[in-house]
Amino acid sequence: MNLPGGLRFLGKSLLARALAAGLILVAARMACAAEPPGSPTEDTVPSFRTLDSMEARAQGCVTCHGQSGQGTDNGYFPRIAGKPAGYLYNQLVAFRDGTRKYPPMNYLVAYLPDDYLRELARHFAALRPAFAPHELPEVDAATLARGESIATRGDAQRGLPACIACHGRLLTGMEPGIPGLAGLRPTYITAQLTRWRVGERHAPEPDCMNRIATRLSDADITAVSAWLAHQPPPREAAPEARNLVRMPLACGSQR
Amino acid sequence: MRSFARVVAVLAFFAALGALALYFLQPGMLPLRTKGLSAAPATSFIDRGEYLAHAGDCVACHTEPGGVQFAGGRAIPTPFGNLYVTNITPDDETGIGRWTQDEFYRMMHSGVSRDGTLLYPAMPFASYTRVTREDCDAIYAYLMSVAPVKHPNRPHELRFPFNKRELLVGWRTLYFREGEYVADQEQSAQWNRGAYLVQGLGHCAMCHTAVNALGGSSESKAFEGGMIPNQNWYAPSLTSNREAGLGDWSLKDIADILQAGVSQRATVYGPMAEVVYNSLQYLSDDDVQAMAVYLKGLPRREAEPPPTSQERLVSPRIMESGRAIYQKQCSVCHGPEGKGQAPAYPPLAGNQSITMASPVNSIRMVLNGGYAPGTRRNPRPYGMPPFSHILSDEEVAAVVSYIRVAWQNSGTPVTPAQSNELRKLLPE
Repeated sequence: MNLPGGLRFLGKSLLARALAAGLILVAARMACAAEPPGSPTEDTVPSFRTLDSMEARAQGCVTCHGQSGQGTDNGYFPRIAGKPAGYLYNQLVAFRDGTRKYPPMNYLVAYLPDDYLRELARHFAALRPAFAPHELPEVDAATLARGESIATRGDAQRGLPACIACHGRLLTGMEPGIPGLAGLRPTYITAQLTRWRVGERHAPEPDCMNRIATRLSDADITAVSAWLAHQPPPREAAPEARNLVRMPLACGSQR
Repeated sequence: MRSFARVVAVLAFFAALGALALYFLQPGMLPLRTKGLSAAPATSFIDRGEYLAHAGDCVACHTEPGGVQFAGGRAIPTPFGNLYVTNITPDDETGIGRWTQDEFYRMMHSGVSRDGTLLYPAMPFASYTRVTREDCDAIYAYLMSVAPVKHPNRPHELRFPFNKRELLVGWRTLYFREGEYVADQEQSAQWNRGAYLVQGLGHCAMCHTAVNALGGSSESKAFEGGMIPNQNWYAPSLTSNREAGLGDWSLKDIADILQAGVSQRATVYGPMAEVVYNSLQYLSDDDVQAMAVYLKGLPRREAEPPPTSQERLVSPRIMESGRAIYQKQCSVCHGPEGKGQAPAYPPLAGNQSITMASPVNSIRMVLNGGYAPGTRRNPRPYGMPPFSHILSDEEVAAVVSYIRVAWQNSGTPVTPAQSNELRKLLPE
């Protein structure tokens, strides 16, 4: 049976689509089951199944981001698994071209062409490892409440949209260019918001995160990072579909 | 007594005259030719210029990270301060739009800028002087054909006395031999083509010949290797079989590593990855083959004797610790016996770049990892992750010592201090 042709045909009916989705889920489960069990630390030791695979090619990433891009318990290296491919690609290009500065990353991807960076981005975007528990910042209830207020409702007085307006109700991001915030460390979120505020980190114009970060005080950043870190892992890790909602600010990375 | 004073005075006068002549005449200045410009060079000529500009790797220095190609502005840190590379797009005010073909050739051939000032030798005119007039004209035609970009040049930030360009007269006297490449009739046309590319546009000697305290490289030490100033990578000797000497390499492996960035013997990382990515991957099979023939034929020089067994001694405790780290972290890619899985993962056993006297590159690879360059022949390269946050200096030293002496590798052990020194430097 010609599988791709068959799948194309199946794709025409809704029922068949559901069936196909089920099949893919089963396949994903099986792939997960085949994976060797390991503690979080073991997940940072290089290993792969087939030499000619993206898994083997991505081994350059694993000591910091983990075998499945789940992040590690070492340093503040972020979870990259399941973030929209467009976002990951933009970051890889920015690291390569030096517009986002972090010397270890700038060095690693300096001589990689666009197509390959896109492939690496898709590889990690498609992975759905479990969310690893991370340390919770000790903050008082008032700070958490302030964080929740900014993240879920924003502040109309200051022209500050809610985080969830763009980063998704479940904080899993939005296709193609807005990253999920679920599972990120508070230290990482604080550092990135601060970098954005002082102009060290940029996104394609119009740079919506710059408009937002420059409206945040230090206390806001602490509060919002703490609240985000306290959120339980999302039930569904996939980013929201592209532009289901009208975004409150224009973002260059969504074009 | 009086006549003696007169002799001294006359001698002093001539010495001063000589110094003045040297200062004003500026050796290396060529009288400008008044040949008419070809107003509309043929497409094929511009294409050739683009190809040669790739061979000369102009883009690597003359483009700022993330900036417009050839618009300049990139800082080149040197031991003497920062140099800022110039705009070579054909913009009339800020680029080379008003340069003539003759002025461009004089710059390439003699290292003298349009306004008569002497160029700093960070511009590899000491190599480009080998390039023929016709090839220079083609590069000129190509550069004139790209989009002009208005981007003013930034003044250099060199310390005194290096900010005095007049001093370059001295540097030039010591280290600059002007002249186009002269073919060696004893050798084949292919060998000569390779020599022309390696010595000229390729400017390989800029890194692979040691640079001394005056920023010069001695011809007698050509291709004998050296630390690249300010980059903290070691450019291995191309003449010693203990380093990257290519004498016992197959022509295919040499051509592969130049053009694809990977081979059965080794892989390029760091500054050489940049050269392959920006320049060598675009060269034709014939030209890469010619370079391989020339490089393989470089006279073999054993700069230093191989280390004695005493020098290669590693304490059993460190060897065992290195072996354990290797088996856990490295062996999945490089194999339990260091044989690698070339070209994806380079072999470590018998790899000259692992065993050469300077352990700098091996330590840096363990600390910072690295991806081979993505090239036309190898667009999806494999990469090594950084271990600087996982391994302590003692562990880095143990595992690097292990790979340098295991499997009959002829290297010497390294110390935690050497790892620590390189750890403090951010990767470029």
